[in-house]
Amino acid sequence: MDKYSVFSARLIEQTEYLTSGHRACQGCAEVLAVRLVLKALGRDTIVAMSTGCMEIISSPLPLTSWKLPWIHNAFENSAAVISGCESGMKAMMRKGKLPAKKINFTAMGGDGATADIGMGALSGALERGHDMVYVCYDNEAYMNTGIQRSSSTPYGASTTTSPAGKASMGQHTQKKNMTQVAVAHNIPYVATACPSFPFDLIDKVKRAAEMPGPAYVHIMSVCPTGWRIPPEDAIRYGRLAVDSCMFPLYEVVNGKYRLTYRPNPIIPIRDYLSGQGRYRHLTEPDIEKINDMVGREYQRIVKMSDEV
Amino acid sequence: MAKPIDQINWHELEIGSVVTETGNAVQYETGSWRSDKPVVNMRQCIKCGVCWLFCPDMCIVRAEEGHFTANLAYCKGCGICAKECPVGCITMINEEA
Amino acid sequence: MSTVRRGVEVSIAMADAVAQADVDVIAAYPITPQTHIVEHLADIVAEGELDAEFVPVESEHSAMSVCCGSSAVGARTFTSTSSQGLALMSEIFFIAAAMRFPIVMALANRSLSSPLSIWNDHTDVMMVRDAGWIHIFVENGQEAYDSIFYAFRIAEDPQVMLPVAINLDGFILTHMVEPVVYEDNDLIKKYIPEFKMKNTLHPDHPVSMGCFAMPEIYTETQMSREAGVVNSYPVILKAWEEWGGLTGRHYKPVETHRVEDAEYCIVTMGSFGETAMEVADQLREEGEKIGVVKIRLWRPFPFEELRKAVLGKKYLIVIDRAISFGGPGGPLALEIRSALYNKKGAPSIVNYVAGLAGRDVSRKDFRDIILEGKKKAASDDTDGFILYGLRG
Repeated sequence: MDKYSVFSARLIEQTEYLTSGHRACQGCAEVLAVRLVLKALGRDTIVAMSTGCMEIISSPLPLTSWKLPWIHNAFENSAAVISGCESGMKAMMRKGKLPAKKINFTAMGGDGATADIGMGALSGALERGHDMVYVCYDNEAYMNTGIQRSSSTPYGASTTTSPAGKASMGQHTQKKNMTQVAVAHNIPYVATACPSFPFDLIDKVKRAAEMPGPAYVHIMSVCPTGWRIPPEDAIRYGRLAVDSCMFPLYEVVNGKYRLTYRPNPIIPIRDYLSGQGRYRHLTEPDIEKINDMVGREYQRIVKMSDEV
Repeated sequence: MAKPIDQINWHELEIGSVVTETGNAVQYETGSWRSDKPVVNMRQCIKCGVCWLFCPDMCIVRAEEGHFTANLAYCKGCGICAKECPVGCITMINEEA
Repeated sequence: MSTVRRGVEVSIAMADAVAQADVDVIAAYPITPQTHIVEHLADIVAEGELDAEFVPVESEHSAMSVCCGSSAVGARTFTSTSSQGLALMSEIFFIAAAMRFPIVMALANRSLSSPLSIWNDHTDVMMVRDAGWIHIFVENGQEAYDSIFYAFRIAEDPQVMLPVAINLDGFILTHMVEPVVYEDNDLIKKYIPEFKMKNTLHPDHPVSMGCFAMPEIYTETQMSREAGVVNSYPVILKAWEEWGGLTGRHYKPVETHRVEDAEYCIVTMGSFGETAMEVADQLREEGEKIGVVKIRLWRPFPFEELRKAVLGKKYLIVIDRAISFGGPGGPLALEIRSALYNKKGAPSIVNYVAGLAGRDVSRKDFRDIILEGKKKAASDDTDGFILYGLRG
């Protein structure tokens, strides 16, 4: 019971905007994140989605899992496409060609689409100030193409293009902090979220949609296939990521930081890493190093949060 | 109801291959992927809905008495519901058993 | 109803036409030599003379992506690019056609790197020849101005729903000051009424666009595209016919000059056409039985009109402004060769590639090309192509 701070799933929007029949892997927490994000956004939403797992599994022609207006165009450009949707509707509403209405213009992409190939398009859209929400579903590698490393793959993780071996400890670079990249654009709203904390996630996406101007939500999306964990553990590992401070839950509203959840007690990083096949090869010093890196970043956010 | 993929003629496609029927993926039943299925002990179920909340396949439905059960047409058998159920009233049972 | 004749830079005239077309969204990124078009549009929007969203994107890739988004919600959409910009956006250029977005683009043709050059040839457009856009070439300021209106008319036709690229030679045309007749706004409104798209992104009628295709259905999606491009042909003819009726300016997929009694013809595309005609007229006076054929419509390719114009001639001298490296000739000559292959009375074809990256092709050069080409045709020396003016 202590796993749930709020214990009433029934308070959550019942309508599903993504239907069953999608082809995501067993226990995919990313598609769960999409489901919850759509519940938060509601009916009056347009979604532009990057190429990736969520696109492939939800739209095999002639079928679609989407009950909302949805467009997929290419891998790196969902932020630009949604800029176009927003600009087009803004102009047409102003000119009386369409009835005025508040619409949640939302772009979505994985960590590769966001932190790697689509970073220019995202930065451009955030800087231009479109009224939009960008949601990054971060499963920490290119899962759709077979678990290749991205700039969002964490230090030490073994992927098919950063494999651990006798001469390598896997990914030897640090995870790109996309949330901070978004914060650097001085946009009204930036947040991190995880579907293992569904109420927090829904609150944040709602706020992101309500705030005029661009908003960015970075969602830790556990991938049992890519992380090499049993599918039933998808929610548990999201919780471990947050409780170990590997992935702090916070928001930055007009530049002001707020931790929305403070793990108490903070669990050892080892509890998060062990059991994941992608970290199986790590040595004690590797784990120590990760522990230091994670602790530093968490303390930085605590400090920023406490300044408010 | 969309036609099967290999029976659609080219001139039956919308311009730009737009799909105008929303959510028609329900035609594709993913239940056959499953090796284990969730079985709910109704007497233990506290009707909290946590299983519904965390199901990535939107296949948990609320029964009339307020209990939750899995729609086996779509359930892929991931086991999240059983793992997350706060009272442990869901058990994963092998399909063959 | 009133028309005004102005002396104006061609880029400015085109931008003015875009404003008259009452577009909703313009995506813009600077690249020479199209920049004057979007600069002037920025002015028009800044002055409040056009109610549109001017989206100053961070790359051409995003320019075309923004165009796809705005077109998907049913907004009338314009953009412009050249050369490297087209190369960068080429991924989305293909997708725009596949998703059937009626975007209109001014493509100020320019050479491709490397080496870097900002000057005109047709290398950029030939790269996206097979993208599934409608491609039209204009050769003077008036044609450039008119093209914006018929481009939207064709693109937005419910039977067509395809993006249209108006190709105009960079600098040679974009930066010229020419007399252009401006049409009255009422006439434009009548010719291109408000755009209503069948399937748009809107919460009141949700649709899914850009779905993933398995091998079982991909072929069908491509045939649907092919049919769209081929079936645009009669719509294009009708759009030109009506425009001719309204303005007195008539356009055809293949324009001809003195071909009826010609023994041979020179074939061009783009701004070479006017010089070719002048030189042909001169040569006529000297007794040469020469005609000029100008290809205006590049996609869908006007096979029948071309055949009608040239079958029975002895030979054609085709001038390209792009190379297909290691191929049998320039892209224009290639197309013409295949259009005429095995047809009765097919002329032999001599192919010149000239004017790469803005190298001047003067009247004298045209004359040299024609007279040399004639000799080559007479001696049956018609394989491959000749890179005109090459040193060494």
